[in-house]
Amino acid sequence: MRKLLIAFFLFVPSLVMAAGGAHLDHAPVNLKDTESLKRGAKSFVNYCLSCHSAEYMRYNRIGRDLGMSEVEVAQELISTRDAKGEKTKVGELMHVAMTTDYAKEAFGTKIPGLTVIARAKGADYLYTYLRTFYLDETRPTGMNNIAFPDVGMPHVLWNLQGLQKANFETETDAEGNEKQVFVGMEIVKPGQLSKEEYDAFVADLVNFMVYMGEPVQLERQSLGVKVLIFLFILAILAYLLKKEYWKDIH
Amino acid sequence: MQKLLAWVDDRFPLTKMWEEHLSKYYAPKNFNFWYFFGSLALLVLVIQIISGIFLTMHYKPDGATAFASVEYIMRDVPYGWLIRYIHSTGATAFFVVVYLHMFRGLMYGSYKQPRELIWLFGMFIYLVLMAEAFMGYLLPWGQMSYWGAQVIISLFGALPIIGDPLTLWIRGDYVVSDATLNRFFALHVIALPIVLLGLVVAHILALHEVGSNNPDGVEIKKNKDANGIPVDGIPFHPYYTVKDILGVVVFLIFFCVVLFFMPEGGGYMLEHANFIPSDPLKTPEHIAPVWYFTPFYAILRAVPDKLFGVIAMGAAIVVLFLLPWIDQCKVKSIRYRSVIYKANLAAFVVAFLVLGWLGMEPATPGKTLAAQFFSLVYFGFFAVLYVTSKNEQTKPVPERVTK
Repeated sequence: MRKLLIAFFLFVPSLVMAAGGAHLDHAPVNLKDTESLKRGAKSFVNYCLSCHSAEYMRYNRIGRDLGMSEVEVAQELISTRDAKGEKTKVGELMHVAMTTDYAKEAFGTKIPGLTVIARAKGADYLYTYLRTFYLDETRPTGMNNIAFPDVGMPHVLWNLQGLQKANFETETDAEGNEKQVFVGMEIVKPGQLSKEEYDAFVADLVNFMVYMGEPVQLERQSLGVKVLIFLFILAILAYLLKKEYWKDIH
Repeated sequence: MQKLLAWVDDRFPLTKMWEEHLSKYYAPKNFNFWYFFGSLALLVLVIQIISGIFLTMHYKPDGATAFASVEYIMRDVPYGWLIRYIHSTGATAFFVVVYLHMFRGLMYGSYKQPRELIWLFGMFIYLVLMAEAFMGYLLPWGQMSYWGAQVIISLFGALPIIGDPLTLWIRGDYVVSDATLNRFFALHVIALPIVLLGLVVAHILALHEVGSNNPDGVEIKKNKDANGIPVDGIPFHPYYTVKDILGVVVFLIFFCVVLFFMPEGGGYMLEHANFIPSDPLKTPEHIAPVWYFTPFYAILRAVPDKLFGVIAMGAAIVVLFLLPWIDQCKVKSIRYRSVIYKANLAAFVVAFLVLGWLGMEPATPGKTLAAQFFSLVYFGFFAVLYVTSKNEQTKPVPERVTK
């Protein structure tokens, strides 16, 4: 009996362990850093929203969660117009300016929405992806990516990061097959930002996307703490009640 | 009040039912930890039905809007995120609780004469629950919903002759589509819950007819006092109601830790790929069912031939139905059974857990070999049980329950 239990609990951790993939850099996500989220939101609407939608998110939700007034949201985050040509209202969903047909013509594929992309891909993936574009003349956009090989997306942030070259080394594995191993980046043409500044810029952007994936995260955790405190008190009372009833049994 | 009760009792067996099922239902006094999971399964069923009702108020079973409506629930519906996470966490909790409940039945021989029907009803509940969970998982209409359903439905295609027409009939289309989503919604929210509730009633009625088993596997009805009350029995209410309240609160603590702090369950409850809207043109790199199906999925993949794989997977479930007749040992509880039985059951548990893990992993030659080995251990449990249980070296069973 006891052995069965031990066997059971020994096996649980092996169920929780996940398989590894390519190396990803750790994204410094901090949802309590409202200033970082605001910077990320601005970068997001400026750089991402022209091609990608965030069609399940509302502009004023960002305002409410990050402490921005509706006027601020309208001024700083909204640059699109609706079908009638009027400026998009703050209560609306963050639709993309580009039409699907145009996107398909230009990029040959449907452009993914980004509302929940952080939940699908993970913060570390996004943080690595946005920092590992490199020059590759064999690609239509002239760029390739370490985290997403043969990516269709052009390097939208190149004027910030600059252009970089990827260095590969040829390694031979145990079976004698040669393969290219990525060893590092080298800036060929500097951009407007230094490496540290660019990393911080991407960190803010990823932080915002993590927030946008599940805007309720912080509220969820704080409610959870309250619920658990209540349940612990209830557990003590339930235990005492049980003990009181059961004292005449045995 | 008394008058009102008498008025009702003349017209409806209210007091009679209360007494039969609660205040004068005598349960063995030696229930241990493992006996919480029956009432917890009932609790989770209620949680799922109530949270499910609120979800249907906002969810749209339509291929074009289903994914967006789930995100709408997560963002724009007040406390919609809470309801959705309760429901998704509840699905996992349901299987955790049901697996532990079934394991309890295995350990203490609760499926044995005269409780074979309780076991059969329970197995049907488990089967319907799997269908319910499978169809529910299609509804968020993400990539894993879509491709998971595609893979599982296509399994029926392995059947000879009727295979292809059957898959077409299930999907209502040549691929998983809006038609499939719509019918799965109907089955998930109406048909299967009704069947489930009916089976749960039958399960409990059958239990209360013959009385509960206990960790000693002793029939408490053999020892009655002058009033015809089992000496080792205590009224379910209030004793087990107050005990189960404690069980419920402790369960809710675990439930809420997952719900509030890890609602994705590390990608095992809400899979990462399911945050990408379904796309019939893009197959995800790695399709894995949700964790509670993976032991059977591993058995399926362990067999090189598709048809025989499907048969093996089906047999893995069917064989559980037959357990009351496979196990011929007169002694019920593991406490008084042989070392062979204990080792056999331990091997079965290990096989089930390892298969569960293997079913989540991408198949590699090594892992397939492991899956084949543990599939044999899984079926071996029943074979060894059938052979050894008839003349098992058991310990003497006490007359009365211990402690």
